[in-house]
Amino acid sequence: MKDVREALMVGRNSEGKLVRRPLSPHLQVYKPQISSATSIFHRITGVALGAGAVLFTAWLVCAAAGDSAFSVIQAIFASWIGLIVLFGFTLALFYHFCNGIRHLAWDAGKGFELPDMHRSGRLVIGATLVLTVAFWLIAFLVG
Amino acid sequence: MAEFTLPANSRVGEGKTHKAPAGAKRVKAFKVYRWNPDDGKNPVMDTFEIDLDACGPMVLDAIIKIKNEIDSSLTFRRSCREGICGSCAMNIDGTNTLACLKPISEVQGDVKINPLPHMPVVKDLVPDLSQPYAQLRSIEPWLQAETAPPPDAERLQSKEERAEIDGLWECILCFCCSTSCPSYWWNGDRYLGPAVLLQAYRWIADSRDEATGKRLDALEDPFKLYRCHTIMNCTQTCPKGLNPAKAIGKVKQLMLERQG
Repeated sequence: MKDVREALMVGRNSEGKLVRRPLSPHLQVYKPQISSATSIFHRITGVALGAGAVLFTAWLVCAAAGDSAFSVIQAIFASWIGLIVLFGFTLALFYHFCNGIRHLAWDAGKGFELPDMHRSGRLVIGATLVLTVAFWLIAFLVG
Repeated sequence: MAEFTLPANSRVGEGKTHKAPAGAKRVKAFKVYRWNPDDGKNPVMDTFEIDLDACGPMVLDAIIKIKNEIDSSLTFRRSCREGICGSCAMNIDGTNTLACLKPISEVQGDVKINPLPHMPVVKDLVPDLSQPYAQLRSIEPWLQAETAPPPDAERLQSKEERAEIDGLWECILCFCCSTSCPSYWWNGDRYLGPAVLLQAYRWIADSRDEATGKRLDALEDPFKLYRCHTIMNCTQTCPKGLNPAKAIGKVKQLMLERQG
């Protein structure tokens, strides 16, 4: 560790000689919890949305640049790779949105009890799936 | 900074296997983290096969049996064996808890026992808790008041005022919560962690304490308090059923309220 905790990584053995202590296992042994899983997905989807915003900006720039550029970016987004990326983007968006509401409730002091936290976590996952599927059903039916 | 892998000297290898005695009917394997500061080797997982018919019901009973009957060099902390001292905190079956409160029957398959996560290891299951203890000292966990107490009585509280610290005073400082928190793993040099922040709120919430402003000032820091991202592994793992995440949430709310 490259911080003050480094000092505690050195101990003494039975003869009084300095020895380097191991760091106890953490990610390697800690079982994923619904608490930590929903939290890390919030961060991952946040990063994904940042990257997605760049793609969206590229789409806007092409739209402003004229017909030929716009038809190119439209073709890219309509290809199967483009559709997978767009699907991932909406999944990330709906997850981050739903879990963001969960965080707002916590910031308002609500939903901290364990049964509430488990229920809201499952609700976020369910709502994300429903919203994403509904979004694409509507998109294909309309477009 | 977050380092997701273990340093080279901390990677865990295979250790020795101690077979169950012949004729044992209900055998369960206990895989226990071992590290000896005297042999200069990496940590290993030793396997101890235990006859459950000749063992008490809790995980602590099993590791005491191992120390008494199989390998007396196995090193761990324990004292009260009833969940009030906080000594036997360790990672059992992938979550942090007190070995004395964890029934062996709750664990499916082999019982894997590791020291509290992301801590320097003194020996075997004994982590060095100097860092969280120093952090506890930093929040000045004692009653502070300018006004003098009544000359002939204690400082009194109403029943409602006393109820405010329920769910806080019961903390036994086992640090199961702090060492379950990924944010404490990565930022434990400056982030105080759930156990210490719950203690901080315990004194903020105490009607007899008059240092609330000073206490909040001390916590107003991007790292000490605000590295809590409401992951809630702390509440999930607390062997006493307390809610550190809620206590931290209350501190954050008080911070906002006093900004007006």
